[in-house]
Order: sequence, then C-alpha cells, then structure tokens
Amino acid sequence: MTASDRIEKKVLLRAARERVWRAISDAKQFGSWFGVEFDGPFAPGVRLTGKIVPTTADAEVAKTQEPYRGKAFELFVDRIEPMTLFSFRWHPFAIDPAIDYSNEPTTLVKFELEEAAQGTMLTITESGFDGIPLARRATAFAANDGGWQAQTRLLEKYLAAAR
Amino acid sequence: MSGAHAAAARLAVAAPVFAALGDETRLHIVARLCEKGPLPIVRLTDGSDVSRQAVTKHLHALAEAGLVRSRRSGRERIWELETRRLAEARRYLDQISRRWDEAIDRLKAFVEEEGR
Repeated sequence: MTASDRIEKKVLLRAARERVWRAISDAKQFGSWFGVEFDGPFAPGVRLTGKIVPTTADAEVAKTQEPYRGKAFELFVDRIEPMTLFSFRWHPFAIDPAIDYSNEPTTLVKFELEEAAQGTMLTITESGFDGIPLARRATAFAANDGGWQAQTRLLEKYLAAAR
Repeated sequence: MSGAHAAAARLAVAAPVFAALGDETRLHIVARLCEKGPLPIVRLTDGSDVSRQAVTKHLHALAEAGLVRSRRSGRERIWELETRRLAEARRYLDQISRRWDEAIDRLKAFVEEEGR
C-alpha cells in the first residue's frame, strides 16, 4: 500500500549532473521548463514570488491557458545543497486564479540528484499532504485539470524549438 | 452539476483523510476492514497488541474523517469502510502525481536537449 500522504517520483535523466542541477536550482531555468517567471533567484529561506507564463507556441492551446496567465505564484525555498538537494515549500500546483492559497498549509518538495550510469537519477518527493484543508483544494484541482496538461505539451514544443 | 463542480465536490473531503491514515494502527484497521468487510470491534483487536480502548479511539478518528461508519447490530457495533472517501483521497493524490509526471516530462526535454 503506497503512502497516503506523499508522492515520490524517480527519473533517469540523460544529462550530466551539473546540467540537471542548473536546470533545477537556477530560478530562470527552473521557471522556463516549469512554466513560471520568478521575480528573483533561489536562495535558502527565501519566499519567492512569480507568475504563471503559459507559452504562445500554439494559439489553440494558449486559449485554454488564458485563465492561468499571470496567476501569482509563490514558493518558499528551503535548502540548497549544490549538486545534491534542492527543496522548497509550496501550495501544490496552486494555479487557480479564483483561489487565495495564502492561508493554506504548504507541502515540502525535494529534488535529489545522484549520479547514474547513463546520466543523473533525479528523485522528487512531495510530502505533507495531511495538512491540506478541504474545499479549497477541491476547487483548485477541479479547475486545474486539463490546464496543466495542455501547458506541458506547449512547453515541450517551445523548448524543442528554442535551439 | 458541471464537471468541474462535481470534481470539486468529490475532492472536497480529501484532506482529513491523509491525517487519519497517517497512523499505523489506523492503516491496519482500514486494511482489515478492506479485506474482511464490516466487522465488530472484537475482530479488529484480534491478534494485535492494541487495546480495545485504543482501537475505539482510532475508529472514532477514522469516522470523523469520513473513512468508516458504524451501525448497531443487536448489541454489537459493526464498523465498515466508507470506500467513496478513500477513493476520493486516492484521486486527489493521483491528480498531483499526474502533474508531477507532466512537469518531469518538461524537465527531461529541457535538460536532454543538445547544446544547453
């Protein structure tokens, strides 16, 4: 029976550890694949604000992202251990413009890097779901469903094109 | 009810579920009820170190989280799972899990791209 209050993902990335570390710990790079424009750099203990930036690579899909464009985004940087660990607290995928998440408990997200034979093993862990309140979370996710998926495809196109 | 509204309603009760399940004894109780169906308390303390009093306490916490309910059967109280709530909690985490899968795909494309 999997844990009911945490999520763990492991992915082997075919890229050098240093490359992966930069993509994760540099706010500009992180923002570019994740889909957020941050107002500053990541530093331990910092509360960082930003906004959702849906791409314009596909007009059709962009339409579905309009509700999220410019939505304020924040995260609370926790630890930065170069090449090894980057962690932050946030309101998980809190992108519904109609909701004020500021009073809700946060979850802890950890990115951990390890060298692997063909690149870098990344482990992402999100924990602390037991603190999350009821209806707020419900409406957030009801609204989100579908929005993120479209954005994903879009960003992949965008990144592939930006060579 | 619109799709989004229905989804919201379904997920509205996800939160206290996680807290309720965070304890090993509670997990054990839920697993037992899942496996055997409705049971009286005596069958939930079977072969375990936990006292009847403790199990009762946990059952009430689980009931408050909407995960189990009880009914009177003669002089006994029978406990059973509210499977709907468990399914909702599962769906909630699955949703976040999917978002992470999507974010990971974006990261993978980003770092594995040549010349970056």
